[in-house]
Amino acid sequence: MARRATPEVNAGSMADIAFLLLIFFLVTTTIEKDKGIARQLPPIEDIVDPPKIKEKNLFIVNVNRNDQLLVDDNLMELKNLRKAAIAFLDNGGASNGTAEYCNYCKGKRDPASSDNPEKAVISVQNDRLTSYKMYIAVQNELVAAYNFLRDRESQRLYGWKFTEVNNAIEEGSYKGNEEAVKPKLEEIQKLFPMKLSEAEPKKSGS
Amino acid sequence: MSKFRKKKSNELPAVNTASLPDIVFMLLFFFMVVTVLRDDNLLVQNVLPKADQVEKLKKDRSVYIYAGKPSARYQDKFGTEAKIQIGDKYTDITNLKFALTEARQKLLPELQDRVMVALKVDENTNTGKVTDIKQELRELNMLKIIYITTPGNEINN
Repeated sequence: MARRATPEVNAGSMADIAFLLLIFFLVTTTIEKDKGIARQLPPIEDIVDPPKIKEKNLFIVNVNRNDQLLVDDNLMELKNLRKAAIAFLDNGGASNGTAEYCNYCKGKRDPASSDNPEKAVISVQNDRLTSYKMYIAVQNELVAAYNFLRDRESQRLYGWKFTEVNNAIEEGSYKGNEEAVKPKLEEIQKLFPMKLSEAEPKKSGS
Repeated sequence: MSKFRKKKSNELPAVNTASLPDIVFMLLFFFMVVTVLRDDNLLVQNVLPKADQVEKLKKDRSVYIYAGKPSARYQDKFGTEAKIQIGDKYTDITNLKFALTEARQKLLPELQDRVMVALKVDENTNTGKVTDIKQELRELNMLKIIYITTPGNEINN
């Protein structure tokens, strides 16, 4: 038999095959971006002398086993929690002239509420049977209150929003000088330091 | 002038598609590389709670803990009580420390002391379970945690 020249392989369908594979991977890909609320747990150490916190500087959020909220001894709906927390943090009750006076607070300056954001502590108490959903919802609202106030201050001082710049830096998409901005971010954080305390959950009655 | 006109043919030359497979293959490889097929086989129900005040998780330095009721197909065997899962198996609360240390060792050595623990907890779990986990984490001195959530808001859904 005479040797025939091997015909060239038709590569025309190569693109189709590749496309099929491509589409398969496109569909199955879930570029996972896990997001969430970050927290720092307190280390275990014996506190010999617990700092005394005046009752007016404490904002106690109590969640019971039926997911009901008790805020400073008043029943509250979840949707009002953010506003209440903002009002508490932003109160600035210390009188003008004292060292504790808060000159950037825009609250009611009620002497019976928190002195200044530095002093104000939010304490969350859960029941062991509180649902995780509610727990996160409460945490979310409280973080939102802080973020709102931080945004307001950074807008006033520097003309940008704290959370936006913070997120942009984290994603690496911030346009501008990161090093110059970081001290400003810390400054804002100092104005409204996040003081969220969590009490050990109480044992449920039954 | 006529000389030039003569050469010009009226037919458009066919676009050369020879490099099309290459382009497509490049895209294909990109997607193959970035695709992460789910690395943990979920043994528990995992409907995450909603939140919108969130931060991003740095994946290379995180250890995942799942918690929730066992998935439907495991419920005959393990009941409906909420369970903790690390890696591919259920873990008891007393065994948590060991499992976590093991999981931590899988990370890059230089990142091991900056571990972030990602808690993926089902929204119907009791907070008590989470508190137990947090207590164990404190004892292990892994203090950075992040509650993984889905975008949204509990109030206006």
